[in-house]
Amino acid sequence: MADRGPTIPREEAAVWAQDLTRTFGSFIAVDHITFAVAQGEVFGFLGANGAGKTTAIKMLTGLLAPSGGTAHTAGYDVAEQPDEVKRRIGYMSQRFALYDDLTVKENVRFYGGVYGLTDRQIAERMAAMLARLGFERMARERVGRLPLGWKQKLDFSVALLHEPEVVFLDEPTGGVDPVTRRQFWELIYAAAQGGTTVFVTTHYMDEAEYCDRVSIMVAGTIAALGTPAELKAQFAAASIDEVFLRLARPVEEAASS
Amino acid sequence: MSAFRSFVVKETRHILRDRQTLAVLLLMPVAMVLLFGYAIRTDVEDVRVLVVDAARDARSTDLTRALASTHALRLVGVVGGVPQVEPALRAGEADVALLLPSDFARRFARGTAEVLIVSDGANANYAATAESYVRTVVQQWAAQNGGGAPVVRTATRMRFNPTLASQNLFVPGLLAFVLTLVSALMTAISIAKEKETGTMEVLLVSPLRPLQIVVGKVAPYLGLAFVNALTALGVAFVVFGVPVRGSLTLLLVASLVYVLVSLALGVLISSRAPDQRTAMMAALLGLLLPTLALSGFIFPIASMPGWLQPVPNVVPATWYILVVRGIMLKGVGLAVLWKEIAVLCAMAVVLLAAGARSFNDRIE
Repeated sequence: MADRGPTIPREEAAVWAQDLTRTFGSFIAVDHITFAVAQGEVFGFLGANGAGKTTAIKMLTGLLAPSGGTAHTAGYDVAEQPDEVKRRIGYMSQRFALYDDLTVKENVRFYGGVYGLTDRQIAERMAAMLARLGFERMARERVGRLPLGWKQKLDFSVALLHEPEVVFLDEPTGGVDPVTRRQFWELIYAAAQGGTTVFVTTHYMDEAEYCDRVSIMVAGTIAALGTPAELKAQFAAASIDEVFLRLARPVEEAASS
Repeated sequence: MSAFRSFVVKETRHILRDRQTLAVLLLMPVAMVLLFGYAIRTDVEDVRVLVVDAARDARSTDLTRALASTHALRLVGVVGGVPQVEPALRAGEADVALLLPSDFARRFARGTAEVLIVSDGANANYAATAESYVRTVVQQWAAQNGGGAPVVRTATRMRFNPTLASQNLFVPGLLAFVLTLVSALMTAISIAKEKETGTMEVLLVSPLRPLQIVVGKVAPYLGLAFVNALTALGVAFVVFGVPVRGSLTLLLVASLVYVLVSLALGVLISSRAPDQRTAMMAALLGLLLPTLALSGFIFPIASMPGWLQPVPNVVPATWYILVVRGIMLKGVGLAVLWKEIAVLCAMAVVLLAAGARSFNDRIE
């Protein structure tokens, strides 16, 4: 799969990578990965720990220069114009972006400012966001006092505040209960319907089934890529979990022996 | 609102919201100046003097009488031999001993007399004062009897504690300590905290440039450090009458340079430390300890062992303390202190560049 060129033309893709490579000394963390994500797509980026996911995301978000190949995110070359990329993407990780000692409003205002929104834009979007989440009463509350599920929703909404073209979610649902996870995925779908491309990594294989398409990274390469139905058919598996185990296990065994 | 301004506003909020830490940081200079000022007794009375008179002639007896008749001194005994000195000091029977050689009168007449003052260094500050009293009496006596300039050389040795805190000089050292604490330690902790909680990741993916993040972190602490410096100077002046004899502007400019050096060190530490605890330990051991112990603040550089003496040269506080002492106590300006200030400036440039570079490297 990895040697196939991106199926979506570069101009139309939200994320587009060809032969994207990153080495650290003699270690090849990401080895010539080629893929593309369509605009408005919910794209699952799976892989075991150490498979190269984090390094790939760092390159796609303009944080780390590639050693080889090309990648474009939100229409800009990540190596040539990382600043343009950063302005057009949102990012949320399992570890929160929000500051516990600041209030909900102060956090929103801070990230609005960081992404160059005007005071007026911030005020308008914050009001709409708090209304949508039903958080109006909490606006002056310190974030540290909010329950985890609320924080997560708020964090996601803050990542979308500047209306990014692509939002990268790095294991966004770690440590929350299934009900909250379900609610969180509703937010993800809502964002995708609004035209935002969602690039998400997860450890929960049931969540992978919610994605439009998934890729599975093994040892720095993309070992499988397709819709969940396609992958299950290709590997004659009942679930993505099974597909994942089949791909990841030989490597883990090789590594541990 | 610009990205950078938002960042500084956020940082300021963090500082203002942590009331306890802020209170400690604001009150600490006041507390330390008061503590140091009051803990160091500067007027010493009833100093007990032991005279070791190996000569027993008219001159030595006359000097002993001069000592005995000095208001602040009390003669506890005149003995003939050196071996009695240490037990007397150890037992606390005497604070200071004056040793007169057997050829005292002859050498005094030739102008080459030497006496030895031995003091109990266990209480370094008290000992220093006691020793200076005896020295003064000896010199006055010599001036009266030899006519004109003093001809007695004094050699002083501190027993039990060869180090000696320089009394009255605590404000410059204190300034260095407070500024290092606020700039280096607090910056290091604050940056390490963002790494620890994971917010640094989000900041780095944002359009904020690494340099903006560092400067935004550092800026509010720069302000806080200045408030601290002024508080310390103010309290020292109002309560203890410690003056700033030279230019206050030059003092503040030098302090600014020193704060930049400290901030750069804080950034360097935090770019390597994975969490707050490591950053704090590194700042305490790597910066605050040398500022206290290796800068000449508490232990005079001259009394350090030979192999250690070059070390203070690389401690920024050493140079800063020299500058502040010069300006505050001697009232000298750039004409005298240009070298020390140049060293501080060079350190600031090198460390700021290293700090920015290290921060940039570590994000990859």
